[in-house]
Amino acid sequence: MATLELTLDEELQAQPVKRGRKLGLLFWAAIGWMTLVFTVAIFANVLPLPSPTDMDMLERRAPFSAQHWLGTDGLGRDELSRLIHGARISLVVGLCAPIIGLVFGGALGMLAGYFRGRFETLVVGSMDVLLAFPPLILVLAVIAFVGQSILNLTLILGVLSIPASMRVARAATLTLSRREFVIAAQALGASHARILLRELLPNVMLPLFAFFLLGVAVIIVVEGALSFLGLGVPPPISSWGSMIGEGRESLDIAPRLAFLPAAAMFLTVLSFNLVGDALRALTDPRQGAL
Amino acid sequence: MDKPLLSVENVAVDLPTPRGNLRAVDRVNLALGPGETLGVVGESGCGKTMLSRAILQLLPKKAKLTGRVMFDGQDLVSLDREALRKLRGRSLAVVFQDPMTSLNPVLTIGTQLIETLQEHLELDLAAARKRSVELLAAVGIPAPEQRLTQYPHQLSGGMRQRVAIAIALSCEPKLLIADEPTTALDVTIQAQILDLLAREQRRRHMAMILITHDLGVVAGRTDEVAVMYAGRVVERAPTPALFKKMRMPYTEALLAAIPKLDAAPHTTLPAISGRPPDPTRPIKGCSFSPRCRYAVARCHGEKPELTEAETPAHQYACFHPIEMPLARSA
Repeated sequence: MATLELTLDEELQAQPVKRGRKLGLLFWAAIGWMTLVFTVAIFANVLPLPSPTDMDMLERRAPFSAQHWLGTDGLGRDELSRLIHGARISLVVGLCAPIIGLVFGGALGMLAGYFRGRFETLVVGSMDVLLAFPPLILVLAVIAFVGQSILNLTLILGVLSIPASMRVARAATLTLSRREFVIAAQALGASHARILLRELLPNVMLPLFAFFLLGVAVIIVVEGALSFLGLGVPPPISSWGSMIGEGRESLDIAPRLAFLPAAAMFLTVLSFNLVGDALRALTDPRQGAL
Repeated sequence: MDKPLLSVENVAVDLPTPRGNLRAVDRVNLALGPGETLGVVGESGCGKTMLSRAILQLLPKKAKLTGRVMFDGQDLVSLDREALRKLRGRSLAVVFQDPMTSLNPVLTIGTQLIETLQEHLELDLAAARKRSVELLAAVGIPAPEQRLTQYPHQLSGGMRQRVAIAIALSCEPKLLIADEPTTALDVTIQAQILDLLAREQRRRHMAMILITHDLGVVAGRTDEVAVMYAGRVVERAPTPALFKKMRMPYTEALLAAIPKLDAAPHTTLPAISGRPPDPTRPIKGCSFSPRCRYAVARCHGEKPELTEAETPAHQYACFHPIEMPLARSA
């Protein structure tokens, strides 16, 4: 009997481990890649790297070597160093812009969905106006007017990601605020602020966070597209998009100059999407009946 | 009853709908003393829930309320938001029908209980936690310490309703409104939950309004019963008097529609034929007349008012009340 109980105990204890394994190799590969990208981006200045802007005209488009691990670009700048410094730009813009969208869009959406009435009409109307504007044209116009800088780029992309977050937050709030637990909270004497922050926010946060990770992926691509067009960060700062743009000129002789930053961007965006999906599936306590 | 804790005076609730005005509650008068239990009985859509929301002042935004709701010497209708907020949860509490939806799915049981306690009683975290464990134990939840960290979906329906009751009782309310607290639960759990409510009510000397569609539920557990039909109270009596001698044909029909254990197999259940009247189109006569088997011409043309029977406590709205004591085998 004792042995039987022992094996049962072991099985019970083994359950959480199984759950961890369920995340899959892909998830851990994605986490690994993200950790790597974040680490090198944060410590870019400390790492023993050649400067990303030092030109060496004698070693233009040099192949992989011990001195330049990933070779050099069309102006003889170290490719690895430029990739790592480019990651900083992509991550700063890619994280900060969706955070602006998440905070402002989420707040507006929850208020609109909870209070309804004229405030909702105003918010939804103005967001529709913003959505109706062709985003690329708007970014071009604003950047041309205020000038190229990381801050300006982040701000304008952040403002552009507000309407979508607002819609996600409002849709979730609309369905949730009709649920009985909101009336139950009111019956317990909860104030509007309490209901919004303690009852609704934890519920709205789930879809909003999944949307946020998707937003990060989209913004990284958009920042790349803008830099490719020469409207992102001003040269000589490197960014993945501008590197792809510069690599385009030598696609026939050194295709790696375009493909290396493209691969970095592809893997990073894919990682964000994979992690977002896995985390959402894992942390959603509303499985089954609810 | 010397001084009532709650008195509902001439309360009417109107809801504007695309098909016209809907009178959900029609001139209802009720009174309830401290520690007493009032049963409100009626079929779906008769205004029971709207009445409870009217007492709590939690009606939908567009709804219009007339009349007075006196609670503990204050008129809840004219009270401002902030004063109402302080009263709700503290003196007035509710248990809802479906514990699946009345608990927040993404917060733990502990969070929901502890925050309610902290909000109203201004306890520190440790004290609120200790009291939450006591409350969960009081409502019959085993291993209350562990339950605090669990989410609602990890508990069974009966457990969840116990948690909802614990939250409602947390601040020692003077009045508890139980809005069909057992409808979503299976029969064996129903009795347990009702016994729990009765026990806690006695212990805390709390008044309770028990809303249900089941006359069997109110029979042994209430002091007074109000039967509602189409937004109106059609019969109101102390519980023993009502079951001894019901006067309103609707009450009789409701009682007859309860399945009986001693009935022969395959007996047809005497359900009430037809449907309740469309509340957006009020009918001229007694609202039960189209479905009433005793109805005569006068019932279709004139609305009976709530009048007193031989005792002042027993009131009914009918021109042709049933005279005979109801035979149990009906």
